[in-house]
Amino acid sequence: MQQRDRLAGHGPHGNAEKHHRHRHGPTSRHDQGHHLLQVSNLSVGFRMYDVDAPFLSAEQHMVNVIDDLGISVHSGEIIAVVGASGSGKTLLADSVMGLFEPNAAVYGEVWFDGQRMDAEALSAVRGRAGGISLVPQSVSHLDPLMRVGKQVEGFGKQGSREERRAKRRALFERYGLGEDVAQLYPHELSGGMARRVLLCCALMDDPKLIIADEPTPGLDLDLAVAALDDFRAFSDEGGGVLLITHDIELALRVADRVAVFKDGTVVEETAVANFASPDLLEHPFSRALWHALPEHGFDVTPDGGDAPC
Amino acid sequence: MLEARDISFGYVKGEPLYEGFSFSVEPGERVALVAPSGFGKTTLCRLLAGYEAPWSGEVLCGDAPLPTVGPCPVQLIGQHPELAVDPRLRMEKTLAEAGEVPDGLLDALGIRSEWLRRYPHELSGGELQRFCIARAIASRPRYLIADEVSTMLDALTQAQIWHFLLDWQADSGAGMVLVTHSPALLDRLATHVVSL
Repeated sequence: MQQRDRLAGHGPHGNAEKHHRHRHGPTSRHDQGHHLLQVSNLSVGFRMYDVDAPFLSAEQHMVNVIDDLGISVHSGEIIAVVGASGSGKTLLADSVMGLFEPNAAVYGEVWFDGQRMDAEALSAVRGRAGGISLVPQSVSHLDPLMRVGKQVEGFGKQGSREERRAKRRALFERYGLGEDVAQLYPHELSGGMARRVLLCCALMDDPKLIIADEPTPGLDLDLAVAALDDFRAFSDEGGGVLLITHDIELALRVADRVAVFKDGTVVEETAVANFASPDLLEHPFSRALWHALPEHGFDVTPDGGDAPC
Repeated sequence: MLEARDISFGYVKGEPLYEGFSFSVEPGERVALVAPSGFGKTTLCRLLAGYEAPWSGEVLCGDAPLPTVGPCPVQLIGQHPELAVDPRLRMEKTLAEAGEVPDGLLDALGIRSEWLRRYPHELSGGELQRFCIARAIASRPRYLIADEVSTMLDALTQAQIWHFLLDWQADSGAGMVLVTHSPALLDRLATHVVSL
């Protein structure tokens, strides 16, 4: 209730009424009257062959992974997406980036900055200034045959080579990567260093929206906090961040809202403050996640972890 | 006892990461390695599991060097599961690398039977990591090295998998080395902590 009062009077909606199936965080706003990113009715499925059929007569069938999903990102906010592994969080990121596997069937609407996007439009804003940047989950996204400094500089689309190099240097310094690291190849980096290089790639551009797919594994606490502080600063300047993470404690420090994912759909979108106590969480799966945190009991089967949704 | 005795190692000649470093794990212990990112935690894990040979000194498992044939009694579970599996093998073949899989292991780790016929790119990071854990356990190691194994898992799965690993350790009496950046997880799991 306290959260509701704090939000009252915010934005064109006037209060904390649910609209588009979510409530606002304290810093969320609609620039020019629309969401920065809005995904609605998104479904993703994969065509797969029937594995048990004889080789040449196997039929194809669809396996649905994401089902009727809706999520919005406002200017000036960080929305954290937490949820079960395998529930389609990375697929959501890929769908918004317009990166599809050849056998994927994607339905639904993606609106970015007031424009309805299709695959072509998404590829035009991908990694561009004023567009969408991705911090990928897998360190295999780095080119194994190129020195990492050059890779990061190549991500900047603006300015001369010297300007890009200066920006890359500043970013490396901020994340505690020395100039010698720029001369290394990806296989020479530790897990945490590779993760920091991926972060630098996303921050080289001046995107409007950053999609960060698990940016913190392998980073020690200080570095992880520095990374999240950068996301906070980025969103305070009017950008939006979709932060996909398993580290709930860390996400709660910077995020404005939390969306809880399970089996390819959002089961609950809630204010960060509600994660203070399991009683404030609506869905049984959110409560199960809370109880499973190492800080809160490390329990596996509290009230209805497998509840249908 | 798994022991690193006076080891020195580095990737660049003349720039050692460790010199004369010693470290040991008793059966039944859970030793956590703590150091900032880029300090050589994963390298130490690789040395202990026999992926790298130290410049000097030796790695001993039960007072003998690690065997060069047969399954290694020290198994490493790495932090990037997508790089630890062959992209062109179905998951059932990846699992078969460890030999026969004990009954109930797949259920205990939450691995569904339909995943067995899939290729690695058709599974999520957390699902792949469960396969890597199953493969390591199925080879019946005496020591397990868990290098950030649960960072790509949600809190619920993380708790499930650690409960499973703790039960397995209680049954088998194996020793464990673990790396984690989460202080809360460290408090829950480690029997003692080594700072590099």
